[in-house]
Amino acid sequence: MTNVLELKGITKRFPGVLANDNIDLTLKKGEIHALLGENGAGKSTLMNILYGLYQPNEGEIFIDGEKKIINSPLDSIKAGVGMVHQHFMLIPVFTVTENVMLGDEKLRGGVFLDRKVVAKRILELSQQYNLDVDPDAYVRDLSVGVQQRVEIIKLLYREAKVLIFDEPTAVLTPQEADGLFEVMNNLLDKGKSIIFITHKLKEVLKASDRITVIRQGKVVGSTVPEEADEEKLASMMVGRPVMLNVDKDPSNPKDVVLDVQNLNVLDDRSQLAVDNVSFQVREGEILGIAGVQGNGQTQLVESLTGLRENFAGDIFLLGNKVTDESPRKITEFGSAHIPEDRQRDGLVLNYSITDNLALNTYYLDPFSVGAILQEEIMKKSAEELIEKFDIRTPNAETTAGSLSGGNQQKVIVAREFSRPTKFIVASQPTRGLDVGSIEYIHARLIEKRDAGTAVLLVSSELDEVMQLADRIAVMYRGEIVDVLDAKDATKDLVGLIMAGVNPAEAKEMVKVE
Amino acid sequence: MTNKEKESKNNKSSISVFFDEVSRSSWLVPILAIFSGLLVGGLIVMFTTDEMYILIGDGQIFEGLSLGFRAMVDSFVALFTGSFGSPTKIIAALQSGDDLLIRRAFNPFLESFVASTPYIFAGLAVALGFKTGLFNIGAEGQLFMGAIFSVWVGFAVKGLPAIIHIPLALLAGALGGAIWGFIPGWLKAKTGAHEVINTIMMNYVAFRLSEYLLRGPLMRPETFTPVSPMILESAELPRFFESPIRFHLGFFIALFVAWLVYWFMFKTKWGFDLRTVGANPRAAKYAGMNIVRSTILAMVLSGALAGLAGANEVLGVNHNLALAFSSGYGFDAIALALLGKSHPFGVVLSAILFGFLRNGAIRMQIVGIPVDIITIIQAMVIIFIAAPAIVRSIYRLKEPKESDEQTFVTSWGAN
Repeated sequence: MTNVLELKGITKRFPGVLANDNIDLTLKKGEIHALLGENGAGKSTLMNILYGLYQPNEGEIFIDGEKKIINSPLDSIKAGVGMVHQHFMLIPVFTVTENVMLGDEKLRGGVFLDRKVVAKRILELSQQYNLDVDPDAYVRDLSVGVQQRVEIIKLLYREAKVLIFDEPTAVLTPQEADGLFEVMNNLLDKGKSIIFITHKLKEVLKASDRITVIRQGKVVGSTVPEEADEEKLASMMVGRPVMLNVDKDPSNPKDVVLDVQNLNVLDDRSQLAVDNVSFQVREGEILGIAGVQGNGQTQLVESLTGLRENFAGDIFLLGNKVTDESPRKITEFGSAHIPEDRQRDGLVLNYSITDNLALNTYYLDPFSVGAILQEEIMKKSAEELIEKFDIRTPNAETTAGSLSGGNQQKVIVAREFSRPTKFIVASQPTRGLDVGSIEYIHARLIEKRDAGTAVLLVSSELDEVMQLADRIAVMYRGEIVDVLDAKDATKDLVGLIMAGVNPAEAKEMVKVE
Repeated sequence: MTNKEKESKNNKSSISVFFDEVSRSSWLVPILAIFSGLLVGGLIVMFTTDEMYILIGDGQIFEGLSLGFRAMVDSFVALFTGSFGSPTKIIAALQSGDDLLIRRAFNPFLESFVASTPYIFAGLAVALGFKTGLFNIGAEGQLFMGAIFSVWVGFAVKGLPAIIHIPLALLAGALGGAIWGFIPGWLKAKTGAHEVINTIMMNYVAFRLSEYLLRGPLMRPETFTPVSPMILESAELPRFFESPIRFHLGFFIALFVAWLVYWFMFKTKWGFDLRTVGANPRAAKYAGMNIVRSTILAMVLSGALAGLAGANEVLGVNHNLALAFSSGYGFDAIALALLGKSHPFGVVLSAILFGFLRNGAIRMQIVGIPVDIITIIQAMVIIFIAAPAIVRSIYRLKEPKESDEQTFVTSWGAN
C-alpha cells in the first residue's frame, strides 16, 4: 500500500505551549487511521495544520509523495484533503444541493446557479457510496446521521481523497454510529483514506486499521487494534494506568428524594419539550437518563432546578413542592446541580476560583456577615477545596476562564459537592473531559450515591449511563419511554429505544439477535 | 559561561520579562489611546489651518507646514495653560504676593477639578450600569431630574441649617435621578423592554419636562427668562477659596462616593449579585440570584449617581437651574466609564482627564481653535479605547494574558 499522506516532523509552537512536537504521521491508501488523544493533546492543532488553518513552525506535508504547502482550507481541498467537522457546517434552510455547492457554485450562463447538474452529481455519489441522501431535501428536515452524510458528500463532491472525521460519533446513537462505520468502509472500498479523530476507545478498536496515540503534543505510540485493548490505549493516552470500569457496589435505595409527577415543560419556541414525564429518584441510587441530545433532557433538568417554568405537573423534593420555586430555594432544600454547559451556566469565567466556589453560598454565614463579604474566609475555604478536590491551578485568585475544561468541572463539582446535599442533578458531567477527569468525576458521583444522596445523571454518552446508573430511563421526543433496571439493560437495547423503537419491540429484537 | 555572563543574561531576561508584562498590562492601552487621541487631534488642528494651504499654494511648502505645526503646538500650549494654568503667570503672581493674582493664576487648575466633579458622578452611574450588564444611556436625563429635585429643595425649603439643608438637597437630587433610573429598570426587568431605548426616551422626557418647569412652576418670579430662583445660601456647597475660584466640596463628596461605589460593588453581597448578573446572567440565575431585583436595583443606583451629578452642579457651581445647563456630562460619562474600564477608581481618573480636557478647551477657543477639536480628541480617545486591537497593532503590543478584556454590556442582542 502506498502512503497517500505523510506528515514529517510537524512542530507547532504557541506562546508558552508546544502544541505539536515533531509529529510524524503516515496515512496509507485505503486505511482508517485513528488519532487518539485527550483534549489538549494536540490532535486538533495537527489537523488544523493539515487543513490549512495553522502554519507549522517546522515540518513538511506530503500528499501522494509530493510536498505541499497548505496555507488555507482552499489549498487543502485542492490537495484532496477534506474534514467532517464535529459541529456540522450546514445551513439548515438550504437544500442538500445548495449546501453542497456552497463555496463551489456551478453557474449557468455565468449568473444563475446550476442546481440540476449538482443534484445529479449528488445522486451519483449517494448511490456509489450507498449514502442514501436526497439532494432536494432541506437540511433542517434531516436527522443528524443524514446531515453527517451530507457533510461527507460535500467532501466527495470536491473529490477529496483523504477524509478527516473529527469526533464523528459524538452526536450519533450507537446504531447511527454503526451506520457511519459502514459508510466509512464503503469509502475505503472506493479508494479513499480516512483519519478518524476520537477519544472513544471502543470505537477505535472496532473501526480503525491503525492507531496513533498523541499525548502532550508528542506521538507516544502506534499500534493496531489486534494488539491493543482499552486499558492499554487509555494508559497510553493518559500516561498512567487508568481505571476504566467504574467500581461500584450494588445500590441500596431508600426513601424517595425526588418525585416528578406528570411534568410538562415547554422549550424556548413554546414547543412541548418534556411530555408528561413521571419518575422518582431515591436516596442512594443513580437514575440515569439516556437519550440522544435534544430529546428534552435539557428542559427537564432546567425545570427540576428552577431555571425554567413548568407548563404542567409537579415536582416534589424531599416532600416539599418545589414546582416553579426559584433556583435559590431549590438549592437551599439540599439540591446540587452540575449544569450541562459549564462555561455558560456553571461558572463566571472572569471571576476568580474563589468567587466561583462561593457562587451560591456567598450570601450565607460565614461568607457574608451582614452584607459584607468575608474575603479572607472565602479564600481560605477555596484553598481547602482546591486541595481536597485536586483542582490544578497556580492559586485561588486565578480566573476560572484560564483553567482547563477538566479543572473547570472540578471547580463546579467542588462547589456543589461540598455543600450538604440530598439530591444531585449531573447533566453531561464529563462532556469534553479527558479520561483522567472522567474517572475522577465518576468516582465522586458514586461516592455521593454511597453516602445516601439521590443522583439524577443525564448524559448523551450511553457508555457513561450504562456504567454509572442503577436504573436507566430512556428519553425520546420528550417522553420517558421506558425505565430499565441497569442489570437488564444492554447497549443494543437502550440504543434501539433511544432511536425511537417501541420498548417491547426492542426487547424482542434484542432477544432474536 | 562565567558567573558575570550568566548574571547579565538573567538581567536581560528579567528586563524583557518586565517589558513583556508592561506590554500585556491592561492599563497601557488607555494611556496609549489618550496619547494617540491627542496626536490625531493635533494633526487635525494642523491640517485645518487655512493659512497653511495658502502658503503651500504659493509654493512655500516648508513655511506652510511649519505654520501648521506651530498651530498644533499653540493649541497644545493653550490646552495645557487652560487646564493647568500658565507657569509664567503662576510664578509672577507668587512673586507679586497679591492674593487676587494668585487666585487667578491657580484658577484654571482648580477649575479643571470643578469640571471633573460631575464627570465623576455621571461616570460612576454609567460604570455601575456596565458592571451589571446594563447600558444606561439615560445619565443625562437622570442628571436633569436630579438637578430639578435638588434646586427645588435648595430654594423652596427654608429655614434649615446648612448641615441639614445640603445633605437634604443632595439626597433629593439622588432621588430624582433614582426615579428616572427606576422606570427603565423596572420596564427592563418586568417586560424585557431594552434599557437603551427606554433611557434614551426618558432623556427626552426629562429635557422637555425641565423646559416646562423652568418656563412655569420653577421660573424665577421677577423675571421672564427660563431660570429657576437662586438656591438659599444654606444649600450651597461650600467653596474653599474666594472668587474667582469655584472649587467646592462636591469634588471630595465625589471621591467619597466613588469609594462608596467601590465598596458596595466589590465588598458586599449585593455588589456580588450585581457584578455576577453583569458578568454572566445565566450563571447568576443558576446560582440563585434574583435577576429582576438586581436589574432594578442597578438602574436605581445608577440613576441616583447621575442625579447627584446634577445636584452637584446646581448646589456647587450654578446655584440655580437654567435651560440646557449640563451640556452633555451624561453622554460624555458613557465614554469615560469605558475609558475607566467601569472600575470606580478608573472612572475617577478618566473623569479628571475629561475635566481637564473640557476646561482646557475653553482656553483653546480663546486662541481660535474651535471647541469641537476637544470633542474630536475625546472621540478619538474613545475609538482607540473601544478597539484595543487598533492600539495593540499600532504599538505592537502583545495580547493580554487572560481574557481580561471585559465585555461591558451583555444584554444588547445577547438574549
